Amino acid sequence: MQHLEHSKADTSKPFFEYLLRLGDDRLILGHRMSEWCGYGPQLEEDLAMANIALDLIGQAKALLEYAGEVEGEGRSEDDLAYFRDDIDFRNLQLAEQPNGDFGFTIARQFLFSTFNELLLERLQDHPDRQLAGIASKSLKETRYHVRHSRDWVLRLGDGTDESNQRIQQAFDDLWMYTAELFYMDEVDEILIKDGKVPDLKELQPEWNERVNQTLKEATLQRPDDDQYMATGGRVGFHQEELGYLLMEMQFLRRSHPEAEW
Amino acid sequence: MPAASTETTILDYLKEVEDPEIPVLNVVEMGIVRSVELEEDRVVVRITPTYSGCPAMNAIEQAIRLKLVEKGFTNHQVRTDYTHAWTSDWITDEAREKLRNYGIAPPDERSIEGRFTELDEKVIACPYCNSIETRLESKFGSTACKAQFFCEGCRQPFEHFKCI
Repeated sequence: MQHLEHSKADTSKPFFEYLLRLGDDRLILGHRMSEWCGYGPQLEEDLAMANIALDLIGQAKALLEYAGEVEGEGRSEDDLAYFRDDIDFRNLQLAEQPNGDFGFTIARQFLFSTFNELLLERLQDHPDRQLAGIASKSLKETRYHVRHSRDWVLRLGDGTDESNQRIQQAFDDLWMYTAELFYMDEVDEILIKDGKVPDLKELQPEWNERVNQTLKEATLQRPDDDQYMATGGRVGFHQEELGYLLMEMQFLRRSHPEAEW
Repeated sequence: MPAASTETTILDYLKEVEDPEIPVLNVVEMGIVRSVELEEDRVVVRITPTYSGCPAMNAIEQAIRLKLVEKGFTNHQVRTDYTHAWTSDWITDEAREKLRNYGIAPPDERSIEGRFTELDEKVIACPYCNSIETRLESKFGSTACKAQFFCEGCRQPFEHFKCI
């Protein structure tokens, strides 16, 4: 009993942190996707991107709600979403990158969703039933996100000279944010030791293979891995753009903190 | 709480609650209501969203509460349950027929080991004219749970409730 209590106390803090990272990726990327609402290149795409945004924000809601429970300080998912500053956000820098053109948004979504599918496949067997349930639900949605973005990578890459050049540029510009997908620190290490979360290094070969396969089919070049790779999102280092995103997202709630609707 | 209430009678009351986005179905046959339990004198209803971001969940929870109050169950709790992911497998055959009559092509299969045929490899019959000369327009429709198709037979767009 003593031992159990001890080990619970040891892992609740990293587990909270882990849930925050998962939740923040989806909240921030979901918000980015939602910025397309009303601006999609065609009606079907407008709906698709709004749907993907909704899925991601819904997943974030479930994860952040659970993070608040695990933390045990009475913070709700809304408290976590609206009353933290950029330095407290734990999302990948990939997720916060501004939308750019349609191809850039698609490339960003493809890189993230491919990773996300692999991660969720493992998390759905997590011993924690709540997290496993959220993961298996999210996985079904994510498979649609992968196929949607993959279809567009193929169409744009193997399309006109201009579409090929623009989505190639998007992958080139985004590549420096891909190493962070596999970033791990003591949060992961403690939980991995506990047998609770996947070792991200094990996902990397499969991610590489899937991304390479799609890029090849799309007649695109895989950018060079031997370049500066940005990290830091997981410990609160973000780019200026995240501040503007949060300002837009948090403004109303912070102006009327006690409002109910 | 009304006398002689059982979990089954309460579940029957909840069948009077419509899905706000597909009013031809109720929240029980949609598989959104997962369980009804009596805890002493309190009714506990567990619900689960079809999709994580389903914007109708608040409205559904509200409608369930109103129904419970209307039937005299003032002491109640509605909990969102994430432990089992919702699947279209829970939509009954009867409900699928209702969907088709309503103009939405229902989920056309049940999962095998948790997987379905990929959407773009499927032939979905038009709910209006039954033609199978249809094509997928978009994997996403007016709500997360539906995809958009077009029927070459009757030259009309229609929606298909996706298998997940």
